[in-house]
Amino acid sequence: MPTATGETIISFREAAKVFDGRKGAEVRAVDGVTLDVRAGEIFGVIGYSGAGKSTLVRLVNALERTTSGAVVVDGTDLTGLSEARLRPVRAGIGMIFQQFNLLSSRTVAGNVAYPLEVAGWSAARRRERVRELLDFVGIADKADVYPAKLSGGQKQRVGIARALATNPKILLADEATSALDPETTHDVLALLQRVNRELGITVVVITHEMDVVRSICHRVAVMEHGKVVELGDAYQVFSAPTQEVTRRFVSTALKDRPSVAVIERLRTRHAGRIVTVGVDDVTGSSAHVTHVLREHGVDGTIVYGGITEVAERPYGSLTVELVGPDDAVRAALAGLRSVTDVVDHGTARDPLGAPDEGNDR
Amino acid sequence: MTADQLLPLLWQAFLETAWMVMVALAVGGVCGLAIGMGLYLTRPGNLLANRPVFAVLNLAVNIVRPIPFIIFLVALGPVTRAVVGKTIGIEAFAFAMCVMSSFVFARLVEQNLVSIDPGVVEAARAMGASPLRIVRTVLIPEALSPLILGTTFLFVGVLDMSAIGGYLGAGGLGDFAIQYGYRQFDWGVTAVVVAIIIVIVQLVQWLGNTLARRALRR
Ligand SMILES: Nc1ncnc2c1ncn2[C@@H]1O[C@H](COP(=O)(O)OP(=O)(O)O)[C@@H](O)[C@H]1O
Ligand SMILES: [Mg+2]
Repeated sequence: MPTATGETIISFREAAKVFDGRKGAEVRAVDGVTLDVRAGEIFGVIGYSGAGKSTLVRLVNALERTTSGAVVVDGTDLTGLSEARLRPVRAGIGMIFQQFNLLSSRTVAGNVAYPLEVAGWSAARRRERVRELLDFVGIADKADVYPAKLSGGQKQRVGIARALATNPKILLADEATSALDPETTHDVLALLQRVNRELGITVVVITHEMDVVRSICHRVAVMEHGKVVELGDAYQVFSAPTQEVTRRFVSTALKDRPSVAVIERLRTRHAGRIVTVGVDDVTGSSAHVTHVLREHGVDGTIVYGGITEVAERPYGSLTVELVGPDDAVRAALAGLRSVTDVVDHGTARDPLGAPDEGNDR
Repeated sequence: MTADQLLPLLWQAFLETAWMVMVALAVGGVCGLAIGMGLYLTRPGNLLANRPVFAVLNLAVNIVRPIPFIIFLVALGPVTRAVVGKTIGIEAFAFAMCVMSSFVFARLVEQNLVSIDPGVVEAARAMGASPLRIVRTVLIPEALSPLILGTTFLFVGVLDMSAIGGYLGAGGLGDFAIQYGYRQFDWGVTAVVVAIIIVIVQLVQWLGNTLARRALRR
């Protein structure tokens, strides 16, 4: 469960970052973003490549400075702070990267010790802390190995251990799983979830993969052309996306709804009425659907669909062939509509639905 | 001349070359590292981006480096006199070698640093490391292997420069080969000097390769 306290830990206020592009052209990488990240949550930022996600997250630890607007981190306004004053702020924020960015000249233990050296810890305390961290991320046996000998997943674990070394309140993850295979991605996401739950660290996750948002984020901001175009609870954004770009992302993570072509085939393959019924955390499962159908004496056969979890709550849809007397089917449809959202695709003889309905996916 | 007469002279020439090469390698190594680091750091977009400083350093390296050493030696004359006090002798010659080797090595260092993954520098910055700490704990250790190879390359370059030491009366192996080999039509003497130089270069190359491989951490 989210450990969010509701307190704001990162606040963007009309934050903008303009780069001088080539030949004097300006690039508005981040374009007037106002947004609060709450303490203790896993906050996702999703968008296509070039949307400005990395720049946005780099404003948080001032690797980039705003050209206008402000970024307030844990009560400190970073605007106008000198480079020397920013260093301690950065030391208090962990960051992990797509390419891991480990020092190849140092062992695993040496990498994890680096931020502790920067923070002036004694050698003895460093050793103890490094051991603790490597235990936490599950690679204690690799302490004396050089990064070149590690797999991607192990490298990212080192990256996470290093980022957590100085007990930061915030962990920034810029495409932390984008270079990993699906299984390793799953493990690393589970680790980030533990970081959030067990250590209470606020995690900001940058990604272009909606699956990452689906599996661990509490809230999400969708970015396009430097702007946040949609913001809300991950569940809400998934179940009721308002922007086209969001709908496209949602469709990459949820494959339960049949495309137009699939509906076409379902209608020819099955004689009955084809309907898609939503399953969410209110309906919970197909129990309601079965109940309504039984009540009206209609047979329902599941022909397509799936139920998955979004932000740890059930979400998906089932496409069902309804067979029974016309009146009964009509009554059953009305009954279903009263408990969940229903899309009626009709039958082969009497097809329903706009051509673009159901999305092309 | 007999071998008995030549041998002490050869030893003397060897010591002169060793001294010139070591001084030029040490000074060129340190100054070259500093100038090369400066080039890298001040390059637009890098840690201490500073366009004017970068432009000046870059121009200096570009001007000095391609000049043939024998011409550079003459051109540097006034500076040599101001610094060393004379334009003749082994000190004056070594001074010119130091200057040239600094600029040669600077470009080598810069090229090695450019090949470091900028992400690693970024990670160090994100952990709150100061630029000086990044130079010390990231840039030099991460580029150590190519820097060692670069130093090996510089050694050969400096040895090459030392060969014309005779022009300023600085002596050395090159001067010995010309005086007692070429001018005396004694091909044997030249051959011995060539053999000595080949052995030295091979030894240094082997040492450099071994150290560089060990520094690679793979
Ligand atoms: N240092 C920079 N100089 C100039 N343009 C940049 C720089 N960094 C990023 N940009 C531009 O800003 C935009 C957003 O980049 P970025 O934040 O990396 O996007 P994302 O992480 O979403 O892919 C891109 O158009 C990119 O080319
Ligand atoms: Mg990015």
